[in-house]
Amino acid sequence: MTDIRSDRAPGDGGLPALTERPTDVRSGLLVYSIGLGLAVILTVTSFWAANTSLLWPAGVPLGLAVLAIAQMGVHIVFFLHITTGSDNTNNVLALAFGMLIVTLVVAGSLWIMANLNANMMPPADLINLHMQH
Amino acid sequence: MSIAVETFEEPYEPALVADAGPAPKQIVVAYGFWIFLLSDIVMFSALFASYAVLVNATDGGPTGAQLFNQTRVAIETACLLLSSYACGLMSLAIRSQHRLGTYVGAAITFVLGAAFLELELQEFASMAAAGATPQRSAFLSAFFTLVGCHGLHVTIGLLWLVVMMAQVAARGYRATVVRRLFCFSMFWHTLDIIWVGIFSVVYLIGSLA
Repeated sequence: MTDIRSDRAPGDGGLPALTERPTDVRSGLLVYSIGLGLAVILTVTSFWAANTSLLWPAGVPLGLAVLAIAQMGVHIVFFLHITTGSDNTNNVLALAFGMLIVTLVVAGSLWIMANLNANMMPPADLINLHMQH
Repeated sequence: MSIAVETFEEPYEPALVADAGPAPKQIVVAYGFWIFLLSDIVMFSALFASYAVLVNATDGGPTGAQLFNQTRVAIETACLLLSSYACGLMSLAIRSQHRLGTYVGAAITFVLGAAFLELELQEFASMAAAGATPQRSAFLSAFFTLVGCHGLHVTIGLLWLVVMMAQVAARGYRATVVRRLFCFSMFWHTLDIIWVGIFSVVYLIGSLA
């Protein structure tokens, strides 16, 4: 067994650690630079979308959320090097589980609290969080 | 037919545990740290959820739209993004054991991270001076908890970076030092990911109203 494939470490650009190969450094530099370029484009778009009057105002928050998730994806792929390669399965599975929990916590909290606000309306001053300290 | 099918499927290779042995330590350490970072992200998601629930609970006090300064947030975002990029370049320098590149990358990472922290503290101070303290409303409690927790992480990251540079200076590129450096760079990139959520959800969506 000469070609044992081991898993890839998160944050590892797929380069064998501690080797001095100029081409590896150059390709690593390219990956980080592409990531930086995409992140800058997405950030500038976010700030533009939040301040322009050209867009439909009700759609802007959703658009900003989509841009934020896209930029997080860019950071994960180009900076943390979590990709869909076969040597990266463990890292991606851990990420998927983390995202499941994040989705449950955020969406579940918002859903339940919105329901609570809507259904407990009659004594509005009492329950409505908008009025509470 | 069967040949065509075979070309699409990877041949089955039984895992030869005895031959392969345990994964290299770098893989195990980085994977463990990745799990920790994901748990940190889960903790932040709870803070995001409580902020989103309480964002309108201002109790007649100042709202986000009145308090937030988008120019400062844009500069903070640029600082942290470029700091993350410099940290990536530092990890390339570490990989090729380029000492000067490591120090320069770490210095840029540190300075930009410290600039971010300074701007954030300025913001907190100006909000506190205007009476917008965490005690004022549930919205402000949630705001300071979420953004302050991120700021605390950045502070810890800066201290960690200083310690790592001292270790590089004293011990050179030992395997343990290099593993810690890679863990630090993952930590730093993750803080930038959380900041993307904060500037989008808290500052940009918050100043729409």
